[in-house]
Amino acid sequence: MPTERILVIVPCYNEQSAIASVVNEINRIRQLVDLQIDVLVVNDCSTDNSLQVIRELACIHLNLPVNLGIGGAMHAGYKYAFRNQYDIAVQIDGDGQHPADELVKILEPIRAGRADVVIGSRFLNNTGFQSTALRRMGINYFRWLNQLLVGQTIFDSTSGFRAFNRRTIAIVNDYYPDEYPEPESIVQFGLHKLRIQEVPVMMRDRQGGVSSITFTKSIYYMWKVTLSTLFAYIRLRNNPYRHGNPAY
Amino acid sequence: METLPIRIQILSIAGALVFMFVIARLIIKGRLREEYSILWIICTIILIVFSIWRRGLEQIALLLGVYYPPSLIFLAAIFAITLFLVHLSIVNSRMQESIKDLTHELAFLRKEVEKLRQKETVSATGIETPVNEK
Repeated sequence: MPTERILVIVPCYNEQSAIASVVNEINRIRQLVDLQIDVLVVNDCSTDNSLQVIRELACIHLNLPVNLGIGGAMHAGYKYAFRNQYDIAVQIDGDGQHPADELVKILEPIRAGRADVVIGSRFLNNTGFQSTALRRMGINYFRWLNQLLVGQTIFDSTSGFRAFNRRTIAIVNDYYPDEYPEPESIVQFGLHKLRIQEVPVMMRDRQGGVSSITFTKSIYYMWKVTLSTLFAYIRLRNNPYRHGNPAY
Repeated sequence: METLPIRIQILSIAGALVFMFVIARLIIKGRLREEYSILWIICTIILIVFSIWRRGLEQIALLLGVYYPPSLIFLAAIFAITLFLVHLSIVNSRMQESIKDLTHELAFLRKEVEKLRQKETVSATGIETPVNEK
């Protein structure tokens, strides 16, 4: 009998065409597997009809009054998970890239107590949507950077398809990076000595909406992430418990 | 080397005093926080000091080996401006952090209010409105 309470957090910014199918898919999986799953959609001040769509769906929702970006939206979700004492928090993007069928795979290492953080990676088996060549180059670079800083090889460090256990939830409740949080948070997890595990998942191309990272923004993205990763490393190396409660 | 002409001296003292007065008024009216005005007041004091102490600029320039004393003014001004911009960036970053936290709290409160409202309508009408939450 599963007793863990699981919160699936779906950040949503202008995803009116995709959000309904994402939430419905998760709800369908919930009925198939015997898990206690709640779905939380965080509406990051969408300017389209996302909010109206979300209100009709079978899910909990948070409605941010100011647009905070993906990091701020996820942080709201993690705070919600922490305050309501969920055992596991999962991020599934609102654009439909992360198929809910893979949810069980993502949850398994945490439920078995083998990992604190599970990252769904599209590069372990090289199946499904593989992203563009340029973006893969960037992802390779982040892999190298993470390897250098925390000594752990994460193949898909930009993947947002992630599951956290309670210990990790307590850490991200205190601090979660703002902008482009995925690569930076891996350094955060590494320096908190969390057990990170990657599992191969299939990803699809986005079902709607546009990526937050356009070509022109990619240069800025590389710089921003490199800098924030380095600074996160220096800050946390000197005091790994600056963010997060080790006793949790 | 010639000292500053008396006309420009009077002008700069007057300018500095007017500036000081404007800053003071802004603080009194509550439109400028004291902490941000510290640098401005220091700048004004320096300006007044050099307006009165006429040979001061030349002497310092001579001491530092600067051939053209006015360039020392530019150097100091640029330094002060840069310092203040960094200060503003720090203030801005702190504000962004606060806005994020407030936004989160507001979202949680909105959710609480919605929940309470739903409960209220249920208890008032006895009719369960379709609640999306589990």
